[in-house]
Amino acid sequence: MDRLLNVTTVLSILLLVMVLFSVRRAHIRVEYSVSWLATALAMLILSRCRPILEFITRVSGVPDTPLTLFLLSGGLFLIMFFRFSIIISHLRDDNVALAQRVAILEYHLNSLEQHEE
Amino acid sequence: MIRAEKPDSLLVIVPAYNEVGAIADVVRSVNREMPGIPVLVIDDCSADDTLLAARQAGAEVLPLPHHLGLGGCVQAGYKLAFSLGFQYVIRVDGDGQHNAADIPRILERLKSSGCEMVIGSRFVESNGQKTSTVRSLGIRFFRLVLRPILGQTVYDPTSGFVGVNRNALAVFSRSFPLEYPEIEALVVLQRRRFRFEEVPVKMLPRLTGRSSCCTCYWAFS
Repeated sequence: MDRLLNVTTVLSILLLVMVLFSVRRAHIRVEYSVSWLATALAMLILSRCRPILEFITRVSGVPDTPLTLFLLSGGLFLIMFFRFSIIISHLRDDNVALAQRVAILEYHLNSLEQHEE
Repeated sequence: MIRAEKPDSLLVIVPAYNEVGAIADVVRSVNREMPGIPVLVIDDCSADDTLLAARQAGAEVLPLPHHLGLGGCVQAGYKLAFSLGFQYVIRVDGDGQHNAADIPRILERLKSSGCEMVIGSRFVESNGQKTSTVRSLGIRFFRLVLRPILGQTVYDPTSGFVGVNRNALAVFSRSFPLEYPEIEALVVLQRRRFRFEEVPVKMLPRLTGRSSCCTCYWAFS
């Protein structure tokens, strides 16, 4: 159990460092880094504060403490993936609308140029 | 530049992606069957000379700045048609499968029935059209799924040979499905309580190339 918690601690710190470096190098926008930082912090707290983890295990009725950690981290990442799927869908819609508008404006522009000639 | 010159003006739109081998014949056949009717080819950023071939055949071309896929490509045509004031738009595929001789019947049904959309259907009447087992299964599946949603049977839900009037054009120019456009468009229409009808048409074999997408859906269309 202790070894598992140490591994998740290292992974959480690694994730924190990666996100912070990415923000600093402008590889990720600040607004999208917040959810990653929050997830990494939550994982870190759960890994280092064993009483909290054991409390959640007892309350939720999960038979095993490592399983609680696994379920919580899996749940957090699923929520994040879902959130990013929504963001990507909006971006795609915006992208298509912009491309269509550019195409139609270019069409009108070319028509005007031909009319002037 | 194309423009709607009459109150009941029609525009034929042809979404095309890498259809250099077929697009000129498609444009010429539409011009032959519907003289004086403007043809707009929407080039979905083809890697070949589709754009050039369409222009040389006498079509107006709307080139997209990057590849949008079928739904985005068709919607770009609907948007332009709506902004130019067209009353009716009929979509013909750029691969030569749709027989331009069927366009007058689709237009006539659009005008006479008053419904918002008319679908050129391979299966509304038995006309000897055969498809592969996989396609046939897919079409039956969508027919089954759409029946309770639409409240009526749609015999050819994946047909891209579609005519719309200005009411549907107004809706589609604002909101049109990007994926699976033929099927989802029916659901969009149903939400607005719009009506559709099917007229029997005969599909021709593709002139060249093959379908641009390899997903399961495209196997059915």
